[in-house]
Amino acid sequence: MTLNIIYGERVTQGVDADAKGGELWLKPGDLERVSGWTHEPRGFCSGEVCVPVPAAREAEFVRAGGCNLAALAGLLGQPMVVDAENHAYCFGEAAAERKRVLTSLDAPDFTLPDLDGEMHSLSHYRGKKVFVVSWASW
Amino acid sequence: MPIAIAFDSGGNAATEPWIKAAKPTYPCLIDRRHVVAELYDMVNVPTAVWIDERGKIVRPSEPAGVTDAFRKMNRTNFSIPTDAMAELQAKRKAYQDALRDWVANGAKSKFALGEAEVLRRMHTPDDNQVRAAANFRLGEYLFEQGHASAAQKYFEEAKRLRPDSWNYKRQAWALEDPMKPGGPEFWAAVDSLGDGKYYPGAEDI
Repeated sequence: MTLNIIYGERVTQGVDADAKGGELWLKPGDLERVSGWTHEPRGFCSGEVCVPVPAAREAEFVRAGGCNLAALAGLLGQPMVVDAENHAYCFGEAAAERKRVLTSLDAPDFTLPDLDGEMHSLSHYRGKKVFVVSWASW
Repeated sequence: MPIAIAFDSGGNAATEPWIKAAKPTYPCLIDRRHVVAELYDMVNVPTAVWIDERGKIVRPSEPAGVTDAFRKMNRTNFSIPTDAMAELQAKRKAYQDALRDWVANGAKSKFALGEAEVLRRMHTPDDNQVRAAANFRLGEYLFEQGHASAAQKYFEEAKRLRPDSWNYKRQAWALEDPMKPGGPEFWAAVDSLGDGKYYPGAEDI
């Protein structure tokens, strides 16, 4: 089936996947472009991080020509929310990861547009005191 | 450097009139997906974070110079009684004075908190709350794709999983009807707080 997958900041439309019973099997190339993870001999890797597949549970995560992103998300504590009608999968951040980032006290970076569509990143203002304040039209 | 972040899934259409009226001299950014709310665990507006020159958080997410005094508002004519207005003005002034103190004195300002105090005040989301964020994200995606009623289903789940988030309630209501975030459902939800705070932590400055 063809799915639209939201994985953190990434949104990938039209991904060919085998999705059933809470599983989400993607071709290895699609796994990487959807999520940034690749499957290596030592486990699933993304950037500097590698996560080993739990012993004796390989079959839940990997098969010939496929990786189960739902299983990986479960392992990482990432919530997965599915809208079957619109073929949409949304993977969110794990609580442990948000805690790790925030308790480091390093202000998480973000890049957002102004009204003119010009992008601004928090990290651009390093060296200044920054007062980040939220508001809303509602 | 102030950076104002609009938690507005309605994007430019929703925010432009307000930004133009403010004539800001600082960046005003449009956060349709409530990314900054997720990054800094913000549940309401206005919520602020103070970040020093090294990029370290010196005050974690907190109500920015506002209090629950607005709850005394007359719901028919929207007037605020004098005592409540005085409280709101005093709180705003105190917060602005604290900011000025930090600008002038940096790390020596008592308002720039030490690491232990930042960590003590900081809240990080639990499993239900990150699941709420994922539901809200899916709702926002579906809304962007033109599936407004499907979106509301996931907004409802986000609200259920994270009832302390006023962002989820009011943003979802705003996408249904612009009058709803300030309407009867809003006031009923506020009333149901009882003695609980709409702006918990506002007492800290």
